Amino acid sequence: MANEETGLMKYEAVIGLEVHAQMRTDTKIFCGCSTLFGSEPNSQTCPVCIGMPGVLPVLNKKALGFAIRTGLATDCTISPYSRFARKNYFYPDLPKGYQISQYELPICEHGQIEILVDGQAGKIGITRIHMEEDAGKNIHEGTGDFSFVDLNRAGVPLMEIVSEPDLRSPQEAVAYMKKLRTILIYLGVCDGNMEQGSLRCDANISVRPVGRQEFGVKVEIKNLNSFRFVEKALEYEIKRQRKVIEEGGKIIQETRLWDSGSGVTESMRGKEEAHDYRYFPEPDLVPMTVDPAWINEIQSSLPELPDAKRERFVSEYGLPEADADLLTSEKPLSEWFEDAVKTGGGPKTVANWIMGDLMKLLNAENKTIEECPLQPHQLVDMLKLVENGTISGKIAKTVFEEIFRTGKNAGAIIQEQGLVQISDAGEIEKIVDEIIANHAKEAERFKAGEEKLMGFFVGQVMKLTKGKANPQVVNELLKKNLLS
Amino acid sequence: MKISMEEIEHIAVLARLSLSGEEKEVFGLQLSSILDYIEKLNELDTSDTEPTSHVLLLNNIVRDDIPRDSLPREEALKNAPAHTDKFYRVPKIIE
Repeated sequence: MANEETGLMKYEAVIGLEVHAQMRTDTKIFCGCSTLFGSEPNSQTCPVCIGMPGVLPVLNKKALGFAIRTGLATDCTISPYSRFARKNYFYPDLPKGYQISQYELPICEHGQIEILVDGQAGKIGITRIHMEEDAGKNIHEGTGDFSFVDLNRAGVPLMEIVSEPDLRSPQEAVAYMKKLRTILIYLGVCDGNMEQGSLRCDANISVRPVGRQEFGVKVEIKNLNSFRFVEKALEYEIKRQRKVIEEGGKIIQETRLWDSGSGVTESMRGKEEAHDYRYFPEPDLVPMTVDPAWINEIQSSLPELPDAKRERFVSEYGLPEADADLLTSEKPLSEWFEDAVKTGGGPKTVANWIMGDLMKLLNAENKTIEECPLQPHQLVDMLKLVENGTISGKIAKTVFEEIFRTGKNAGAIIQEQGLVQISDAGEIEKIVDEIIANHAKEAERFKAGEEKLMGFFVGQVMKLTKGKANPQVVNELLKKNLLS
Repeated sequence: MKISMEEIEHIAVLARLSLSGEEKEVFGLQLSSILDYIEKLNELDTSDTEPTSHVLLLNNIVRDDIPRDSLPREEALKNAPAHTDKFYRVPKIIE
């Protein structure tokens, strides 16, 4: 709970999110046009999705299945009777003059998901999940005195997932949205790509003095298409509303738009009157009474979800909670980890390599784990070479990077670059003695009790052997020969 | 059932119609008489009747998620009052 303290009065925020998730179908929700992103403008439309007279929409079965799948994964009740509704408004990106959505009888209701904020777990209620069609895209820049419209996106299937007003801070709102994204990707119902608009949200927010039961007047913020914007816009809005109240003003129920450029929310007042949607049951589509057998089939096809997987990673592999949380935050990452463990890698060692060197390399090249050129078995092969003493742990980092860059196996890289660890005591002793002879002063000081110079000597040996000397042998020999 | 002048004006805005004072009067009267006519249904006792949203005895009509050919772009655009070679063209939308 984030309390906003001002003078004697403490305020808290009350936030609910409406998340729009594009469903991963091949075709639109009510026609057979492709949903492929980034195609030529207006190349993926037909009489149904551009609203020609006399056509009839037909529901995409996969979209319905995806909505049910999402409902089941979030503890929702699947409605035994559900139907579509028309939401009427005029905008150039809406060819029919109405959006086909759901109103009174959404497909899923009364669910919840768990979020973790600062180690604290909490349940966030889901009011409803409904299906609807997306609108087209308006283009305002470089279009002179006109605006241009691309209707490829019109009719693309969306789920709107509406949360209860259970969120109390921008951080909780972000944690909720991240969790929802993870679940949707695990389920395979949405690709979660926020840059392409596959996941975006509107936020309802009000503030109230701590301890008061009634909600304050809420404001809706639109246009939040990144986690950062969600956090920034909510932080800004909390401050703005608190200031209005403290100065004796009143919050007006309105829609505001987040402007990421200036970092403020701006009122969309004046357009409010048009927001009288005159919903009514969609006459062109028949109601849905989902067969319980189909619901059971979908239920039994649900994958292991992130919470369950995180708990299993802790119990089965003995990973710390934080490691398990990070590794299960993305499904492909958790699969990469398990592949490596199944081919013989030690769980904690593999986890450390993923969270350290692998993440660093992936981030540096802006790659996802799915694009990772280094395969799990290649890491495991390399770890075996560390275990049997062929290479040192330090050299392993270099080898790891080489595997990442070239795709070659550890063995080949070690051969080519002569990185095999020197463990031969005789060979190392020669080097050790040479270094002691060259640093007589330091050797004297060490003998006199200045033990921290050990690090200096180890460093010198590693420098001379390019890091290939077996550190254990080096340590033993240095100690022995320095003190003799 | 009389519709107020404000309601007529609100509906006109929603429908993007600009009406003269005279038209508002005429349409107001016409809409009122239509509503009066529909009001007759309230004379029936429907307390035991399920609301009907569809008259067809059909549920669950769906199609498989298989792509079909879309319209060629020229075909799609040619019905619009204004277009460029790639886009529909509309008056500037003030954001």
